[in-house]
Parts: sequence; C-alpha cells; structure tokens
Amino acid sequence: MLKDITLGQFFPGSTIVHRLDPRTKLVLLVGYIVALFTARWFVTYGLVLAFLLLAVGLSRIPPKTLLRSMKPLLIVIVITGLLNLFYTSGQVLVQFWIFRITREGIVAAALMILRITMLVCGTFLLTYTTSPIALTDGLELLLGPLKRLHVPVHELSMMMCIALRFIPTLMEETDKIISAQKARGADFETGNLLRRAKAMLPILVPLFISAFRRADELATAMECRCYHGGEGRTRLRQPRFLLHDFLALGLGAALVAAVAILRTMGL
Amino acid sequence: MHPILETKDLRHVYSAGTPFEHTALDGVSLSIFPGEFLGIIGHTGSGKSTLIQHLNALLRPTSGQVLLGGEDIWKDKHFTRQARFRVGLVFQYPEYQLFEETVAKDIAFGPKNMGLQPEEIDRRVREAAGFAGLPEALLDKSPFDLSGGQKRRVAIAGVIAMEPEVLILDEPTAGLDPAGRESILDNLRRFQQAKNAAIVMVSHSMEEVAANAGRLIVMDEGRVFADGAPAEVFARAEALQQIGLAVPQVTAVFLRLRAMGLSLPPVYTVEQARRAILAAKEARPC
Repeated sequence: MLKDITLGQFFPGSTIVHRLDPRTKLVLLVGYIVALFTARWFVTYGLVLAFLLLAVGLSRIPPKTLLRSMKPLLIVIVITGLLNLFYTSGQVLVQFWIFRITREGIVAAALMILRITMLVCGTFLLTYTTSPIALTDGLELLLGPLKRLHVPVHELSMMMCIALRFIPTLMEETDKIISAQKARGADFETGNLLRRAKAMLPILVPLFISAFRRADELATAMECRCYHGGEGRTRLRQPRFLLHDFLALGLGAALVAAVAILRTMGL
Repeated sequence: MHPILETKDLRHVYSAGTPFEHTALDGVSLSIFPGEFLGIIGHTGSGKSTLIQHLNALLRPTSGQVLLGGEDIWKDKHFTRQARFRVGLVFQYPEYQLFEETVAKDIAFGPKNMGLQPEEIDRRVREAAGFAGLPEALLDKSPFDLSGGQKRRVAIAGVIAMEPEVLILDEPTAGLDPAGRESILDNLRRFQQAKNAAIVMVSHSMEEVAANAGRLIVMDEGRVFADGAPAEVFARAEALQQIGLAVPQVTAVFLRLRAMGLSLPPVYTVEQARRAILAAKEARPC
C-alpha cells in the first residue's frame, strides 16, 4: 500500500533527459512552471503540454508510471475541478438545486485539472530522471551565490539529499512495523477518531526510535569519513554544461517567450 | 493426523499490471501439523517471507487458499482476526517493534487485543516471559534499557503470550552470539513441547534447521523445491547446491568420505557424525 507512493523515487537510465545537467533541469522546470501558469487558453496550454510530452517521450519513463504517481493527489484534483465547475459564472447550461454548471465553468475546470496534472507530472519527471545526489548538487550550485549572504546552502542541500534518500527506507520500515503490530492483533480500522489515533502509537513509537537510530548511525558514519561540511569540499562528478544543455535551455526560453506572447493575443 | 494449517496452490503476485510485476509465490501447497518443528529454508527472494505472511493472513493470496483447521482463513473478517492470534508470527529483527513503557505492558499488547481478562493477561505475560527466558525482574523495566538479545526475547514473548497453535519465526537467531542462539532455540522447543504447538522456523543456517527441525521445506523461486525429513532433503545435496543452497558442513564432509569409498551413513548433525564415526571405528578396529 505505502509502496505506491513514488515521491522522490529515481528511475536510473541513460536517455538525454537523464544526462542533462541537473542545473539545466532545475532551470527548465522553473521555466516550465512559469509557462504553465502564464498559459491561458488552449493554444498556450497545448504548447506547454507538447513540451511536457516531448520530455516524457525522450525520458522513456512509462506515462502510466507518471500518472500513477498522481494517485495521492486525486482528491485535491477532484475538489479543485468541482469548485471550478460550480463556481464560475457565465452562460448557464444546467441548473439543479443550488448547483449551476456554466460553459465557462466546464472549460475552467478542465484547464485547471490539466494544469495541476501537468504541474505534478513535470515535477515528478525531474525526480524520476535525476538522482537525489545530482539534484541536490545542482541546487547547491544554483543557490551558490546565496552563500555570500551567509545562507548555509551546502548544509541545506545535504539535508535535502538525506531526506530524499531516506523516504523509501522509512516507508519500508513503516510497512514492516504495521505488519508486525497487525500480527499481534493491532486494529487500525475500527473505533472512533480517538481510538484510531491511539492505535497509531504502536507504529509511531518504533518508527521514531528507528529514525533516530538511523540518524545517529548516519552521523557516526559521516564523521568516520571526516565529513565536516561544505568548506573546501570537492566533487567526484564536476557538472559541466554541454551542447545539449544549451539546446534544452534555448528550447525552454523559446517556450516561455512563445507562451507569454500568445497570451497577450488571448490564445 | 489432520494438519492445523494448510496452503492450497497459493500464488502471490506483487504490483500486478505494472513494470515491477513479480510473482513471489507460484503454486505453493503444504501442510503443517500440530506439535511439529518445521524448518523453511531457501535463498533470499525465494518467497519464504511472502509465504509466512500468508499463513497468518497478513497478505491476501492472488489465488489459492490458506486453511486453518480446515477453514479458509479469509472466510470472514472475524475469522481472519482470530487467525492472527491462532497463528503467531515473529518477524525478522522483532526487537525494533517494541513500543510500550515496560516489558510486561509490551508482552501484554497481543493478549489485550484478544480481549482477555486482566488476570488471564497477567498469567500469560508471566508464562510467556518464562518461555522466552526472561527473568521476572525485567518485567517492570523499560524495553529500551535492555540488551539486543533481551529485546528480541521480549518481542518473541509478545507473540508467545497469545498462545498460538502455530508459532512462525523469521530468522529468530539472526545477529545473536552462539550461546544466545542455542538458548533461544532451547526456549522455543520448551514452548513447543509444553503447549503442543507447531513451530515454523525460517532460517538461512543449514546447521540450525538440521539440528532442530523434524521436517524441512526448501523453497526456490516461489515453489516448494523439497519437503521431507532432514535426512531425505539433505540426501539431495547436489540438487540443493544447484539452487544455491549448501548442505550442513558435516553432511558435506560425510558425502566426500562416502565418495571415497567409506561405508558411512548419511548424517546432518555433528552429534550424528560423532556416533557414526565411533560406530565405524568399532566395526573395524585399526
């Protein structure tokens, strides 16, 4: 059950999307999101969608996997869609009780659902094709200038890297503890809210203890290897901008520009 | 004798319909009888863990049945819950599942979930602690102040306290020192004899299963590869080696000796080997 959540998962591969510099991908994602929120009507949405489909196609990530990662967000998407459907004023098509569906409402709901789906897919595509280490390296380099303002960029990116790394581990651990307590007759499904909250204790206590234990062990292991933060630290893989990075960035810039211009034309 | 627990053509497929689809169990049929000590061995990924989680209804089979006392374990919700108490399962490294303030309270978690009276719970906690080899003085301590081996005993006692008819343990001795291993196995045998419970032990150690189990099941790629008395199973040493399992070291030595022409019986424990050598010496004094 918990295994369905693929947040932060990385699918190793060697496609062009995998090989792009992580900085390129991060900048592209920001550009993509800006374009997505600038998009207004079908033509602009179509452009952004084409960009997404191109990236998904090149990455060889099965679209099914991407869509499956939407599962936990299904409720948010449905509620957003319904709100847009019922609360947009315009030409009334159907009316019953206090509900009223307008033509504009249908369009707005469809576009809003499309927007959230595309937003999530784009973000997941980044984590699916970029290893956590590459991702945090890229982030650290991009945010590098902030170091002058005494922002602990390296420490933050290291924390992010560790957090991403341990999501699947903790998921697995949770699954195991749930099974073990179920085997002792723990019941998580019946009873009122208070009882159910209490029933979570046998899971949360061992989970917290094991998280602290892991943190302790990790800290010891890092110290054993003389880790002492970012000062003077070099990288095994020096990221470098290659031709395909410039091409990809150019394409991204073209997308943002095209969407911005078309928007002013009301498309 | 009727089996207490049976599986019929059990199949389990993980993540069906995705690229990660994986058949963990592929037609497993086996029986477990009251009072027996059954060893399950197999390579990592052979389906052992998936199998034992079906036996107490933690996993639902993709197809096939698990029968407890002749009744389908998934018959109805009530029976499924009862089945979890009647078939106790101790996971690998169970010491990481302790959560209560005191050892006694943690052992009482299972019996409490069964809805027993306080006096009965108290009796079971004391008895289970005894079976698991925990001194009474530890009962009021926090489980987090105990040593690793003691924590594991607390976790095992927590399952024993439900007085299961079948007690399943996944590598109960992993990571313990030899003395600790022997003592835990000894405790399990005492529980088995006192309550006539069936014990199912999953293990990697051939020596350990050979010395304890009355019957062995070898799993390979989601199927039952062999099922029989240790002597029968270890007689197929070559077939076992082909699926990446070794026979106990002493069995391997005796197989070589037999291949060299010495007339020795097949053995699988050091004690048997000692007796066989002494007997051979007596028959042919040199």
